[in-house]
Order: sequence, then structure tokens, then C-alpha cells
Amino acid sequence: MRLSDKNVGDVVRFRFDGVGYNGRVGDTVASALLANGVHLMGRSFKYHRPRGVLTAGSEEPNALITVGRGAHAEPNVRATVQEVYDGLEVFSQSAWPSLKFDAMAVNDLAAPFLVAGFYYKTFMWPKAFWEKVYEPVIRRAAGLGALSGKHNPDTYDKAFAFCDLLVVGSGPAGLMAATVAAEAGLDVILCDEDARMGGRLLAEVEDVDGLPAAEWAAAQIEKLAAMPNVRLMTRTTVTGAYDGGVFGALERVTHHVPRSAAPIECFWRITARRAVLCAGALERPIAFENNDRPGVMMAGAVRAYVNRWGVAAGQSVVVFGNNDDAHRTARDLHGAGVTVAALIDSRADAEVGDVPYPVHRGAHVVGTKGRMALREVMVRKGAAEFSVRADCLAMSGGWNPTVHLTCHMNGRPQWREDIAAFVPTPNAVPTLEAVGACNGAFSTAACLAEGMAAAERVVEALGAKVPEVALPEAEDAPYNILPLWAVAGKGRAWLDFQNDVSVKDVKQAAVENFRSVEHMKRYTTQGMATDQGKNSNVGALAVLADATGRGIPETGVTTFRPPYSPVAIAALGAGAQGKGFAPERLTTSHKQSVEVGAPMIEAGLWYRPSYFPRSGESTWRQSCDREVGYVRRSVGVCDVSTLGKIDIQGPDAGKLLDFVYTGMFSTLKEGRVRYGLMLREDGTVMDDGTCARMGAEHYVMTTTTAAAGDVMRHLEFVCQMLHPEWDVAFTSVTEQWAQFAVAGPKSRELLNGVLETALNNDDWPFMACGEVSVLGVAGRLFRISFSGEHAYEVAVPARYGAALFAELVRRAEAMEGGAYGMEALNVLRIEKGHITHSEIHGRVTAFDVGMERMISPKKDCVGKVLAAREGLVDPMRERMVGLRPVGAVKSLSAGAHVFEARAAHVHANDQGYVTSVCFSPAVGTMIGLGFVKNGPARMGERMVVRDHVRDLTVEVEICSPVFVDPEGVRVRG
Amino acid sequence: MDKLQAVSPCAGLLPITIGALTVEEVDMWPITSVTPFSGASGSVLGRALGMPFPAPLQSTTDGDARLVWAGRGEALLMGAVPDANLGAYAAVVDQSDAWAVVTLTGTGGADALARLVPVDMRLSAFGVGASVRSQLGHMNASITRLDGDTFMIAVFRSMAGTLVHDLARALEAVAARG
Repeated sequence: MRLSDKNVGDVVRFRFDGVGYNGRVGDTVASALLANGVHLMGRSFKYHRPRGVLTAGSEEPNALITVGRGAHAEPNVRATVQEVYDGLEVFSQSAWPSLKFDAMAVNDLAAPFLVAGFYYKTFMWPKAFWEKVYEPVIRRAAGLGALSGKHNPDTYDKAFAFCDLLVVGSGPAGLMAATVAAEAGLDVILCDEDARMGGRLLAEVEDVDGLPAAEWAAAQIEKLAAMPNVRLMTRTTVTGAYDGGVFGALERVTHHVPRSAAPIECFWRITARRAVLCAGALERPIAFENNDRPGVMMAGAVRAYVNRWGVAAGQSVVVFGNNDDAHRTARDLHGAGVTVAALIDSRADAEVGDVPYPVHRGAHVVGTKGRMALREVMVRKGAAEFSVRADCLAMSGGWNPTVHLTCHMNGRPQWREDIAAFVPTPNAVPTLEAVGACNGAFSTAACLAEGMAAAERVVEALGAKVPEVALPEAEDAPYNILPLWAVAGKGRAWLDFQNDVSVKDVKQAAVENFRSVEHMKRYTTQGMATDQGKNSNVGALAVLADATGRGIPETGVTTFRPPYSPVAIAALGAGAQGKGFAPERLTTSHKQSVEVGAPMIEAGLWYRPSYFPRSGESTWRQSCDREVGYVRRSVGVCDVSTLGKIDIQGPDAGKLLDFVYTGMFSTLKEGRVRYGLMLREDGTVMDDGTCARMGAEHYVMTTTTAAAGDVMRHLEFVCQMLHPEWDVAFTSVTEQWAQFAVAGPKSRELLNGVLETALNNDDWPFMACGEVSVLGVAGRLFRISFSGEHAYEVAVPARYGAALFAELVRRAEAMEGGAYGMEALNVLRIEKGHITHSEIHGRVTAFDVGMERMISPKKDCVGKVLAAREGLVDPMRERMVGLRPVGAVKSLSAGAHVFEARAAHVHANDQGYVTSVCFSPAVGTMIGLGFVKNGPARMGERMVVRDHVRDLTVEVEICSPVFVDPEGVRVRG
Repeated sequence: MDKLQAVSPCAGLLPITIGALTVEEVDMWPITSVTPFSGASGSVLGRALGMPFPAPLQSTTDGDARLVWAGRGEALLMGAVPDANLGAYAAVVDQSDAWAVVTLTGTGGADALARLVPVDMRLSAFGVGASVRSQLGHMNASITRLDGDTFMIAVFRSMAGTLVHDLARALEAVAARG
């Protein structure tokens, strides 16, 4: 019922489970539904018990709703956090067919069987039932809220922020801390998860500096908002504290307005030199029988609804508490004209004063009645029992400081007997100080003073001048409490409302010897729901402490982990879907390749054409065979710009190359290229490529596409760590040069059409390199070949890449050649037995690929010593060979394993494996490369290749890996 | 014989304006990587380069030419042909075509970069002339503050499309906040 609209705005219409309601701007769904007399907001997770809203904040365990419908639907939103707006549509969860009649509530009747541990004990046998019966059934019944199953169309944002001081929470402590730091000129970020700043000052009837608390807060906030060095972030929950002064924070950007293209959430990573935590405290329930009826709420929340939103949570309210703070709820309700049916204080000596409503000291609430809505509260005082009619019960078991963030770096809070609560351990997060209610200071005056003092310490620590800020006057009432965790009784008294864990469950855990709080948690699931037990953790461990005969501090708390409240994966990964998933690296020929219909394959981040289809070709193989034919018979053009290119200069360039390559490069003649093999320190092959000597102290190294970054890092390691004395510089020039392979018997003829100076075999023999002029542009030419044919690679600055590719392809086509893609490139190199990372996959040595003689005996190199280990040069190692099908089956597949002809195809008989296969137009069948034990000594042997995945058994002959032109005549042609 | 036609890295992608921010491609030709050899003195380098070799996280200028710190012992000379004698003191490598270079101009540029770059880019912390090698989204980038509200951003040429995509998203996020 709405008592006053003083603090809320205009009327808006929203729908809950299809029914339209009026709300006010500034309302949450919870406050608006309460204003409409709706208490029943959800069903519990396990027993599907009817539940109403318990709190007025993000700790809400009961009132979880789904916002919106279809692909935009967002499940498990707390009704206490979601603001209403015109057109908002929300739905209850965990209920079918309706919230009032939920078929799954039958679970509640079976409750005697469904106690903690039931699942573990029951679903153990028979074993086969787990996968087929139990799990599917349980999975269907379980789950909180539902996803649409559709692609998420909403946009999310993520961002970084930096500041001198991060203030978490904008209650009295936070406002003072922010004000002092801001006045000192520090860069301040003030975050609050609420839509309005002010914290508890918005919910209490009291004065600060002679002004009503909410007005004082508004004035402070207005002042802060006007300062250029202050950033106010409302609707922003600081979710985690991390190393280096970094905090995660989730900002709900547009959840409070109709959907638009704007991001709905932004995940911030805030780096702060210092942080002050002013997160306040959370009120804890008291466990008694049926303390979960709709209408049973936290006393502080009932007070907030009446004071902040002008909403009475009931018409006749019973207040039950064990501390003085609960008295304020009775006082404020009465002051607002709500009937206070009784104030029940568990302490016999509680001081209440002269109040105009019934007070029962030393009494306990022992039960409630009313299934869908609270009707009656049962009270016991000494031997007497009586009931009070009420539609709302406001309970308070005291306040728990919100210590969460201080524990995110493995800190544990400390128990304070006088307030019966855990408080932060100082310096648990090095740059963070907790002050105010989250530090156990529960009066407004103490919060203001602590906030101010903490900020002054920050200002001093950061070397600024402490400003003159007056400490406002405020209430400073003592906080008296006598612990009361659970009222004795037979029925189920709830601790964890969200996971339906009762006092009995926790005691059962202790009986079954799950006595550690961490074990109890996992056995009962207490604290494992989306609210992470914010209402129940301390109560549950107090019950456990009692059941195990230990004290609360000895029992301890479970581990607090980020996030403080749930964060959507979509927010954490904002932007990282679709084109934002990973950068796309496109070559200069990309546009032309796509225009002619070439399908692209990813090579690392690069996109490369697989093949260039022609009309009339119905399979990729037809295109591939044609392109292989270009290179074998005429001329083909292929973009090889993606290979790593590293420019190496300096007096010690030769030394570096001699050290990182197995071969000798300091003796390479200028204008010549040499093939190089690079080892890791452990002696396995790291990468291969060519290196060209462009000048006396100038080389250009090429790497494979995949290992370009690794090789660069390796060079850095060698030069920074192993030989810092070497005077050598290296720079990636991969992006500077567009480079094209021109391969085939007519390659020289084609190039002579575009080069200023014609090539001939004497000046430009195999493995020559140098500067050339290509259609008027200064470029580089390398006579190297990956296909075994007479071939070149021509490079021009990347701005000319597109034009040169078009020109080369045009000329090649005029010579019955053309562009070729990755598939043809792969066939050409397999036919020649050239390795790629399919072969040098990180476990093979130079010996395994038949290149042991490339490890120069004249010098040291990285990996040389370890490559010589006995086990790495054992002839029985799996070593590279060619494979050719010789039986009825002519298919080969990479990844298949090699066996002796008559051996069973089991691991113990494994003789090797296949790394690369292709259809070879030159051979006329499929061919492969693979590694076979003592392979080079087994030429001509017939073996079997077995692919268990594709169910393929192929008879093969072990042969040389070089299938085409074994004498290497063509390459020199 | 026809001369080859040049294509700039961001051809067809830029300029874009979203909200108060504009991204434009800039031609900084030529771009040269300069890595001094050991023993090259600052004064000799400064004379050959026409401006001091920049300290880490800084850039220096000489008229329209700029020398941008580019990592350990390396700087990028942009907009000036290097002195022919420079090769005696430093590895000099042409990188004119290796980088896609754009400027981000307008109010709120630092807010847009805060979506992509994990470095403190508040105008108070990242002064005019400051330069950083860091990540922009998932890309390795060089970012320099040219003046009040203009940043120069360079990424590998091959990633120009992703640069424009990621910047556009960041600009949209800033514009959506109004």
C-alpha cells in the first residue's frame, strides 16, 4: 500500500506475470508490487515454497524475476534491483503452471525425504541409472530461471577506468570519504549499486547536520557532481578486488529504461591507487519455523520501503528482533500510520521506552501461518504461547558488515563479540580500507567520522593537502544486541531462503561429520545460490558452531570470492563476439580473392584463400588439381605475405643467426638465401624458413605463418637474456612487404614482363636474392621454391600489393596459369616432402625429419646439445617417410596410425602416424607424409594405416617423402 | 610499363564520425623504424634525426615530423625521410607500409579509448606527446596523444578492418551515453 508519493516520481505502467500495475518512477519492481499489495513474488528453488520479497537490496534471495521476453529475456533479476519503467514486463520464475498454483510444490510434501545429502545417498545406485535416469530428471527439475535459447541481441560494453581513490558505497561514510578526497583535488570515483546515492540515509528517519538525512545526502551528491575530478557511478556494483589495485565493477546502464541500441551493461576494470570500502551492512534473518512466508521480511527493508518509497509492506505489522535497531522499524511504521501489532524483542532487558503499541520483551516468534500470504504470527513468552494477526513480520537478527571485498584476496574477517558480527581484517586488500557499517560502525555519526578519517589518510598518503571539511552532526545511538540465531522448535526453520536450507539440514551435516564450514556448505548447498548466502552465511555457521560445540570464530567463514553479485558473461566478454572475437588479418590480395569466390581459411589470425573456383568445377579438388597443374606445367601465383619476415641488422647479425639456426649464416654470401632450421632449447624443431643476406650486416629472415610471433619472441629472448652484449637489431617487416610466390616452369618468363631488368639463370641462380624494380616500384626478389619448381618470391611495399597481385595473376592466366591457394600449395609441398607445422608439431627433432646433418658441427646453436641426447637420435624413433596406398583402398587420412601388416590395430602395436595427405596429380593417387619407427630403413615395406575415427584401413608402402623430381632438377631450371 | 597503383590500409573504411568523435586515416609517409646500435650517442642521433630520441612512453617532434617511442630501444620516425647517415648508428627499416595510422578526434576520445586500451588515458595522466605501445582490443597498437583531443593510433596494416570495427563500437558506446 502506498502511503506517500513524496519521494517517488510519475506514474508508470508495468506488467508482472501478465497483469498490469501502476508504479512510480524511482520504484523497484519490489516496491511497486508491495505498493499494489502483491507479496507473492516467487517460488523457492528446491521445495517450490511460495515466497515474497525479503529485502530491499541486491542481497534479495526470494524475489527473482525474468525481465522481458523472447531473446531479450533476462532471468534471475532481483525485483529489489530492477527499476520500473513504462512498458516494463517481468515474470515470476520457478513456478508452473502459475505462481499461485505450482505443480512442483509437491516437493514440499516430500520434504522429509529431501533433506541435505538426499541426492548423494539416493542416486548412487544402480550405477547405470545416473546417466540415463537420474541426471536427466534432476536436470529438468533444476535450474533457476530459463534462457531463451536464442542469440543474445543486446549490446554490452566494457571499459577501463583509473582514479586516485575509489569509494565503494555512497552512504554516510562513502559521501564523507568522497567529499574529503575530492576537496583535496584527488581524482575520485564514487560507485553505488543503487540507482540513487545516499545508502541507508535514504531509508532512515534522522537528521544529519540539521537536515533530514536524505536531503543532506542529496546536497552532498550535488556538490560532488559539480566537481570535475569526481566521477559518480550509480547502478554500479563493485564486484571484485584484484591484484594491483584493480577492481571489477558492473554498471547497469540501461536496465531501467526500454531497450535500445545502447549497451545494457558495462563491465568496468577500475584501477585505483587507493580504495575506501563503505559497503554498509546486511541485516540477517532469524531462523524460526516457517520464517519464509510471503510477508516475512527484514526489519530494515520494511523501514526502507516505508521511508524511501512511501510503501507499507503490510497493514498490520509485527516487528521481531534481538537488537535496538529493530525498534526503529516499529517507530517509523507507527509514525507513518501503519498498525504495529506487536514489537517482540528476544531480550528480556531490552529498553523500548514508552511506545503506543504492544511490546513483548524476552519473547520469541516460534511460527507463522498463511501459505500464500502471512496471516498470523505465533509468539512464545516463557511458558505462554499466543498468536498475533499480522500480514507482515519485520525481523532483525542484527547486522552483518559487508566484508566481501576485503576477503577477495584470501583475507578472512574477524569476529567481534560486542556486535556479534564479522568485521574486516585491516590490510586484507593492501590498498583498501573498510570504514563505516562495513567496518562494524553502526551509528551515522561513526560512519561519517570513519569515512572522513579514512579519506584524510588517503590524501596524506598520496601527498596532497588535507582539506578543511567539517564533520556533520548526526545520531550516535549505541547498537545493543544479544545474539539470536535460531528459535528452538520442531518444524523447518529456514536459513538459506534461496537454496531452501534449514537449521535441520545444517545440524544433519554436523551429525554426518561434515563439521568444517566448507564441508557443511557443500553438503547442504547453503550459500551456493546466486545470492551466495548473503543473508544466511553467518546464521548457518552459528548453527553449525552450536551443533559442533565450537565457537563462531573457531568455526570461521567460507571463502568469499568475486563477484559480489552475479555478472553476466555477456558483460565480461562484451564486444568479443562476431567480428570482435579476434582481429582479422587480411592480405593485400584479400579483396580480389574474395571477389573471385575463393573460400578463406584461417591461418592464425590471417585469412588465406583455399582455392580459386572456376565455373564448371563442382568440388574443391577439381580446383586444387587445376591449380597444382599451373605450377607443374606453366606458372602459378600465390600470396605468401603471411609468412613472418624479420629484418635483422647490426655488426652481430651473423652471430645471432648462427646461434638460432642449426646451419651457418655468417658465411652466407651477400645476395644469397639459405634454408634454415631453428631448434628449441630442448632440441626439438621450433620452426623453419629461409634467410636472405641483403648486405654485409643485413639479413631478412622468413618464418612460417604460424610461428612468426614465436620466432620474434625467441630472438628477443636470445638477445635480451643469453647475449645482451650482441649489437644487433631486429624488426618485423611482415606487414611492410606484400610477397607473392611466382612458381612454375614459366615463372621467369612471367617475371621478366614486370621486372625492369630481365632475369637469367647465371645472374639469378636458385637461392639468389636482391633488390629489383617491379613495374617501377622498388622491390625484392628471392629465388626460392616450396613446390620443387623453378620459382621466385617477389616482394613490394604493401601499398602496391593489390595491384601487383592483380597484374601477376592476369599475366599468369595469359600463360595458361593463374592464382593458386592453400590447398594447391599444400599438395605441391607434400609431393616434394617439404615439412610444415603438420610435421614439425613440437615433438619431432631434426633427426626425425631427416635433417640431422643440418646441425652444423662447426658451431654452437640453441638446442644443439640436447638434440644430441641418445634418445633423440635413436634410429627406432618415429622418423619421416612417404606413404603410398598400394591395396584396394586408395584413401589416406591425416591423424591415422601405422601398424605392421598383420598386427592388431591397438596402441601397443603402434608404429607411427600420418601427418599430411593429399591427392597427388603427379602420382595419380593419394600420398602422405608420416612418421614411422625407423622409417628411413623400411623403404618398400608394406604396412597398414588405420584410422579408427573414420573407420578406414589402408594398405600402404613406405617410400621416400619426395614424390616429384627427386633429383631436384626443375628447381634449378 | 604501367606503374603499380597504391592502396592505403584503410581505403574504403574511413573516415567515420559517430557522436562527437571522428576517425580518419592519416598519411604519415614515410615511416621508419630506428633502433640505435650500442654506442650511438644521443647527440649524434638527435642531429641525424632532427629531434631528440624519445624517452619511453614519449614522442618528440620537429615540425610535422614525429619520432614516436615504439618499444625497447626503438622509435618510429614518421613524416620525414631519414638522414642518409643514420644507418651508421642505427638499424633503419622502412615501415611506411606496415602500419594503418588513424587519428581519433573530438570530445571524449579518451572515453572511447578506455573501451579498448587497458592504460590510463585520462587527459590528466596521458599528456600531449605521450605515447604508448599497448593493446587496443586484441591488437598490438601504438597510441600517441597529438594535441588536446586528438590521438594518433597505429596498428598493423593487415588489421585495419578490425581497427575500424573496434573503434566504431567504442565510439557507439560513448555516443550512447549521450
